[in-house]
Amino acid sequence: MSNNNNGNRIELPIGPQHPSLKEPAAFWITLEGERVVNAVVGVGYNHRGLEKACESRNYIQNLYLIERVCGICSHTHSTAFCQGIEELAGLSIPKRAAYIRVMVAELERLHSHLLWLGVAAHEIGFDTMFMYTWRDREKVLDILAEVCGNRVNYGINTIGGVRRDVDEAMLQDISKMADELENQIKYYLELAMTETTLSARLSGVGRLPYEDALKFGVVGPVARSAGIADDIRVTEPYAAYGEIPVNPVVDTRADVLGRTVVRIKEMLESLNILRFCIKNIPDGDISVKAPLRIPAGEVISRTEAPRGENIHFIRSNGTDKPDRVRVRAPSEANWRGVKHMLEGGYLADVPIAIAAIDPCYSCTDRAIVVDSGNGRKVMDWQGLRQYSIDWYKKHGIDVSSVKIPEKKYF
Amino acid sequence: MLWSIFKIIIFPGFVFLAAYALLCEFIDRKVYARLQNRVGPPWYQPLADFLKLLGKETIIPADANRRMFQVIPIISLSAVAAAFIYVPVLGGSSVHSFEGDLIVVLYFLTIPTICSFLGGWYSRSVYSTIGSVRTLTQMFAYEVPLYMALLAPSLIARTWSVTGMVTFYSQHPLFTLFNIPAFFTALIAGQGKLERAPFDSPEAETEIVSGALVEYSGKLLAIFRMSMDCELVVLASLISAIYLPFLTGMIILDFVLYFAKTLAVLLVLTLMRGAMARLRVDQMVNFCWSILTPAAVAQIILDLVIRGWLAV
Repeated sequence: MSNNNNGNRIELPIGPQHPSLKEPAAFWITLEGERVVNAVVGVGYNHRGLEKACESRNYIQNLYLIERVCGICSHTHSTAFCQGIEELAGLSIPKRAAYIRVMVAELERLHSHLLWLGVAAHEIGFDTMFMYTWRDREKVLDILAEVCGNRVNYGINTIGGVRRDVDEAMLQDISKMADELENQIKYYLELAMTETTLSARLSGVGRLPYEDALKFGVVGPVARSAGIADDIRVTEPYAAYGEIPVNPVVDTRADVLGRTVVRIKEMLESLNILRFCIKNIPDGDISVKAPLRIPAGEVISRTEAPRGENIHFIRSNGTDKPDRVRVRAPSEANWRGVKHMLEGGYLADVPIAIAAIDPCYSCTDRAIVVDSGNGRKVMDWQGLRQYSIDWYKKHGIDVSSVKIPEKKYF
Repeated sequence: MLWSIFKIIIFPGFVFLAAYALLCEFIDRKVYARLQNRVGPPWYQPLADFLKLLGKETIIPADANRRMFQVIPIISLSAVAAAFIYVPVLGGSSVHSFEGDLIVVLYFLTIPTICSFLGGWYSRSVYSTIGSVRTLTQMFAYEVPLYMALLAPSLIARTWSVTGMVTFYSQHPLFTLFNIPAFFTALIAGQGKLERAPFDSPEAETEIVSGALVEYSGKLLAIFRMSMDCELVVLASLISAIYLPFLTGMIILDFVLYFAKTLAVLLVLTLMRGAMARLRVDQMVNFCWSILTPAAVAQIILDLVIRGWLAV
């Protein structure tokens, strides 16, 4: 921890471990008084090598893996992955399956936005709202557990459809939950618009106007709050969204309050979509048989995650394992704007400005080598091993005698 | 002599203060939890927390000034305990009183804030430094309206002793009605003094971890927390003594009334904490200078007019 006061400037590290961060990430904030003059965003503490791991497993095993790209929007990733493979294999899924995918996706959006609302309230010290939203989120999670059997990693998608059917009782429970939740969500909307301390803390914070939003290529609620009507459910309908009326929620405030309002209104929209699905879900099968070997080819599949546009690229070589899987989670697009949002703001607004993009660190982290000429270099396994031995020797510990298995990881 | 020592140390002095402070912390936490649809802690939780902290290892940062770091929490707690001597608990009388003790109480109540600043400053950590600066910035904002609001009623009562004010207002209860604006000013500014939401930016957990006290642990933290709880009780007692001076004359009934009044003040403070988001420190300063201070000045003018009218 450095306390070097160059003039009036203080460098404050937020992260890698910090109470406001739910996952490790580092923000080096340079302060002049309470003002942020420079912010450096450092991600990469959560790299799990999922994309690489996908290449050594077959498609069915990969379903399991892809579902775990994100703990909160797991369904959207497995939908994007299944959709891509179905396109490669030339499968068309039954309509009932498409409707079930939409319903789970909207339930997921509901619980993700409620979770975000609670986190945002906590970041600005409004713990009462945090507790309220998370209490309401439990209702959604209960429904998800009833429909899918799981609260977070639903495991409902499979290549060629879905794995579990819904029955009349479940649909009734969903519609009952939707009615209960609607009142609460309307209350939160009213609160965001009228509560003085909330609007004092949210409005004008973390601004990213239309031009900047386009320049940084942000997606999802961050883009929609800046007036960009970009919603994959509308622009490139997938699953059953082609038949379901979806109104993208757009706001022009371009600040954290705008993002809050967009997310709350999106929840109301999700409830409408759920009600439409309950009324119009067709009868029939829930899956078609899928081949184990997927024909060679490349595909890009897009879905609208709660956090924005989610892109999966899959390249198949005709075997039962993919040749390459690339996941562009929505947070990866939204990171670009964060530095811009933080600079010029107050230190007190840093946590909420970061939280407002609803960051998902582990979905984002990639191993990318940037050779900017400042001494970073690529290390192989032996090099890393030597580096760790040297580092520990400098700190008075000798680990060179420790035997490690000579396994080839890369 | 022995009787005085008993009064200062046991009842209604320090031991009573500490016990009541723990009870108040429990009520605060329980009500706050119920407001948020949570179950809340059992009644002994604050005591358990205190005892547990006493048993924990105390870590002192290598860069910190060792002696100051250890002495500051004790100064903080003793200042609050000293302030309580001049605050009436049993009926209208405090342990000790003299003309001008209101100023002394206010002076003692400033010390915990200064201690929190110094504690953060001597910790030599970035987070605690920023927290200390915020503590001090905030102090300059709420101190003026708080003091003006607490001193204004003394203009009518023509005494600067807390006991004297309680005696005057309990004999002329209708005069308290004039002090209602000051009552609310003192409640809001007091929330700032206690560094509770919406004025808790000095210890904003999500920005600067826990502000000035981030490096404190073990016994020292326990003492600091105890001094904060005691500060809450002293402030609630002071506010209820000055603005809610209703006495029956029977000592037992007055003692019950004391609990009722301080708990009522505490409930308002808890409600405020539960219903609002944390303000930024610049917003807090703005609010204090543009709303609270004018309100307190208006109160002083009002009380001066009444004083003149009474003298005629």
